[in-house]
Amino acid sequence: MGAGHAHKLYRPAHSPVHALPPHCKIAAVLCFVLAVVATPRTALWAFALYALLLAAVAAAARVPAGFLLKRLLIEVPFVAFAVLMPFVATGPRVHILGLSLSESGLWGAWNILAKGTLGVAASVLLAATTELRGLLLGLQRLRMPPLLVQIASFMIRYGDVIADELRRMRIARLSRGFEARGVRHWGVLAKSAGALFIRSYERGERVHLAMVSRGYTGTLPVPDAAPATGGQWSRAAALPAAALAVCLLGWTL
Amino acid sequence: MDAVTTAPVRTAPAPSLKIAGLAYAYPDGHQALFGVDLTVARGERVALLGPNGAGKTTLVLHLNGILAPGAGTVTVAGLPVVRRHLAEIRRRVGIVFQDPDDQLFMPTVREDVAFGPAAAGLRGAALDARVTEALGRVGMAEFADRPPHHLSFGQRRRVAVATVLAMRPEILVLDEPSSNLDPASRRELADILRVLDVTVLMVTHDLPYALELCPRSVVLSEGVIAADGPTQELLSDADLMAAHRLELPFGFDPRSVTIPTS
Repeated sequence: MGAGHAHKLYRPAHSPVHALPPHCKIAAVLCFVLAVVATPRTALWAFALYALLLAAVAAAARVPAGFLLKRLLIEVPFVAFAVLMPFVATGPRVHILGLSLSESGLWGAWNILAKGTLGVAASVLLAATTELRGLLLGLQRLRMPPLLVQIASFMIRYGDVIADELRRMRIARLSRGFEARGVRHWGVLAKSAGALFIRSYERGERVHLAMVSRGYTGTLPVPDAAPATGGQWSRAAALPAAALAVCLLGWTL
Repeated sequence: MDAVTTAPVRTAPAPSLKIAGLAYAYPDGHQALFGVDLTVARGERVALLGPNGAGKTTLVLHLNGILAPGAGTVTVAGLPVVRRHLAEIRRRVGIVFQDPDDQLFMPTVREDVAFGPAAAGLRGAALDARVTEALGRVGMAEFADRPPHHLSFGQRRRVAVATVLAMRPEILVLDEPSSNLDPASRRELADILRVLDVTVLMVTHDLPYALELCPRSVVLSEGVIAADGPTQELLSDADLMAAHRLELPFGFDPRSVTIPTS
């Protein structure tokens, strides 16, 4: 776990999308996803338009298509489930390439695949154009419960520390001639995991002590930031507004 | 919230720290402190020496009210450490813990240094100025926007000092400040601590470091203050040292050292 490992999702650049305040972007992505999910699945052209909208955002943010597509791979486990649906769903069946597939299953699979992909692509764009820290601050400004924001920010801060501890424990095991080979050694690995848990828990107690010593009473201070201007909000709203228009067209046409 | 202006103006300022008859037993019955008396005057630098298990950490946790005494009192610049003063006490007592990874819990150095003053209600430009000043005092100003885990250990220790300096403490309490530091980082930290205009209580096993930085030392042993005097004198007293499991590094003779004056 080298330095900067945790920030692989982010692509530093100077673009209009990067410049928008994080909370505007988070709100925009959320509204976009809601519009996509609300679109009837039979309006195939609408999904093509959504994809075009995202492509336009990616172009504005100077995120290369290859980067975006690679990040989309995270979706694969969910796609696997969608692929199963035409085989297991009931109802009228169609025959394609000698396979008997359920019609409603096919529509269901398409529904999951299209909406899921669009949602993931929008999230990947958000992560690529917003620093992790900015995302957390954005969530805080959008009134996400402070406890959740605190947990997430500690995760970022201590992820590397704990990974480093794990690495040291592994090296210590290797140095004493241990190599996990099969089930017989799982006990040792389980004990390492247990030790790591206890250590992390105790570190948590020490961190809490250090926080209380500096006047912590349950809330983390929110750094001052200028509120987003109307212009910034309207630029951020361009994507969800366009998506909403497409969604309404999808229902009326 | 300015220590300099809120402190009562009088001819002889209240001592930064006054501990009287402090005794404490852990809930499991183990008694760690048996009546500790200690007074640290304003601007003094005092080393708290003692073997492992002497109760040093227990004592430190009483200074800002994390632990409440079973008997006795702790007073910081005239203000007793009791529940209703805890917020002000924790601003006045800056504890630097041993592991900087425990102390630095925010995503960036700047936010971490801002944590204490922000919790005390400071905002905006005043907060920024406070952070810049504190980081400047430990020579880490240009690292403000870095995440703490990307710094070297010595740099993290210095930032940890800055996080409590930012609260303008009456007394700086350092738990093993020299542990895990390479000699250069040790010296850099010493240079920083020596010029700070603040009362320092330094808990340490590092006797040469105590000699270098603290004109006065106290020995805590088995839950009581066993000795209190000029550091050089204490370290030169072989019987005292042996009685309290304190050992000098090989070849180190405290009498042969000229103490840097500051």
